Amino acid sequence: MVEPILEIRELRKSFGALKATDGVSLDLRPGEIHALIGPNGAGKSTLIHQISGSIRQDSGTIRFLGEDMAGLGMPERARRGLGRSFQISSLAPEFSALRNVMLAVQARQGSSLRFFRPVMADKSLTEPAMAMLERVGLAKRANLPAAELSHGERRQLEIAIALALGSKAFLFDEPMAGMGPEGSKVLTGFLDGLRHEAPILLVEHDMDAVFALADRISVLVYGRIIASGTVDDIRNDPEVRRAYLGEAA
Amino acid sequence: MIARETIINLVLAVILLAVPLIAMAFGEPFYVTLSTRVAILALAAVGLNIALGLGGLVSFGHAAFFGIGGYAAGILATHAFNAEPMLFGFEGTTSMPWIWLIALTVCGLVALPIGAISLRTSGVYFIMITLAFAQMIYYFAISWPAYGGEDGLSLSVRNSFPLINTAKPLPFFLICYALLLLAMGLFALIRGSRFGAALQTARQNDTRLAAVGIAPFNIRLIAFIISAMVTGLAGALFADLNRFASPSMLSWHMSGELIVLIILGGKGRLFGPLAGAMLYVLFEYTLGGITERWQFFLGLILLGVVLFARGGLLGLLAGKARHG
Repeated sequence: MVEPILEIRELRKSFGALKATDGVSLDLRPGEIHALIGPNGAGKSTLIHQISGSIRQDSGTIRFLGEDMAGLGMPERARRGLGRSFQISSLAPEFSALRNVMLAVQARQGSSLRFFRPVMADKSLTEPAMAMLERVGLAKRANLPAAELSHGERRQLEIAIALALGSKAFLFDEPMAGMGPEGSKVLTGFLDGLRHEAPILLVEHDMDAVFALADRISVLVYGRIIASGTVDDIRNDPEVRRAYLGEAA
Repeated sequence: MIARETIINLVLAVILLAVPLIAMAFGEPFYVTLSTRVAILALAAVGLNIALGLGGLVSFGHAAFFGIGGYAAGILATHAFNAEPMLFGFEGTTSMPWIWLIALTVCGLVALPIGAISLRTSGVYFIMITLAFAQMIYYFAISWPAYGGEDGLSLSVRNSFPLINTAKPLPFFLICYALLLLAMGLFALIRGSRFGAALQTARQNDTRLAAVGIAPFNIRLIAFIISAMVTGLAGALFADLNRFASPSMLSWHMSGELIVLIILGGKGRLFGPLAGAMLYVLFEYTLGGITERWQFFLGLILLGVVLFARGGLLGLLAGKARHG
């Protein structure tokens, strides 16, 4: 079997009496989209936060590219290639879309301690950033401040940033949220191709997108994974139907 | 087409240069001194503007650096004047370039631990902890009799600059003016640079900065140190202007004044500190001539700015700041 890119074992995190993550183990393998679904409050975002390093787990291990992430903060993990998007878009609102991506390009080049050369005249920043915006279909909006982009466009911008980082795995937290049906369709097609660049751990409520994209699905309920398998396994799992999918499936 | 802000900036720069030239032509050196005061306060605020305007770090302790710069000038000159050796047999100096270099170095060295500790906090705690550090230094200065204690430290003559007669008001003004322009140039470069991009992102959204792999703490610490050094340089000039290093340069009123200058002028704007310093000194001079309670009216104006003109004077005149 191929070595997983991301390997999570027995992860636990409590907030007081609430077990937000209760012994979660899962893998992300090369070339796959692994979808994480579950009802609101199941602990999906908490899990993403622990993987990306913005909160620390109580116990359990997270290994990324064979390396234990314990003790590494969000910046260190991002530098090692964990690219994430946020459930609520997290951008530099005053900066243009282009400058938001340029920041990622500069971070990847490891060159933030340059004090004099103007960034806007620096083709080694603007050109790769523009290329990423073109890939996600935001090129025409490149000069608008992030705050003036639509909800869906901000999602696309976050993905462009993760791409510009040259991420080796993507953690996308509800990238489709707030997008119209047309937008989700385009993004679904885009993510479909993206998996060959780096595997994606996808938290998503849009079941059409999940069923269309996922190689594997894990279902998280009250901090525990109650089922994990292929799309068909999950569709036909009685416990999942009861706990989450309801009649919708 | 030239942006409106550029034109306003040019006008401000020309006014500050023109006032002392005209004043000298009419034999009114007082206005030269007033303009020098504007230039120095603006320089101090340009320093703070790096931390506050670009980095969103509301330091309520920049008086510490302003005062340290002032005392550096005062102490070095006193030792040189009395030919009294200080550390390592060094006899002090009355040469401005050396004083500036030492003031910059000392401020940077002091800002490092203050920043490293303060930047572990944010928001109101950051404000309070920077204030606390500055007050510590203030009380240290007033209880140190060797350098004047509460009385401060007088300079017998203004320090010297090669080939320039600094004792005359106009040449000294021009030195301050040149340093102000230099510092504003530095500010503009930093703002447009990679470092500036990271720093401004730290202000807008530090999670975003961390998510691309840049640690916000390091960026802020470096900005805090640069900011302190520029403010310290202004302090050294201020001591030379007044021929006096006063403990009041270290007090929290001074820190507040610097913040007020930036808010009045427009925070994060290249010429915000200068616009603010011009307004402030103008109020101080005109209102101060009418009533001793001029700061009451300054308070009203500040209230108006905060409520109705968030971008300060420059925001009012040139519109909202745009980033590339």
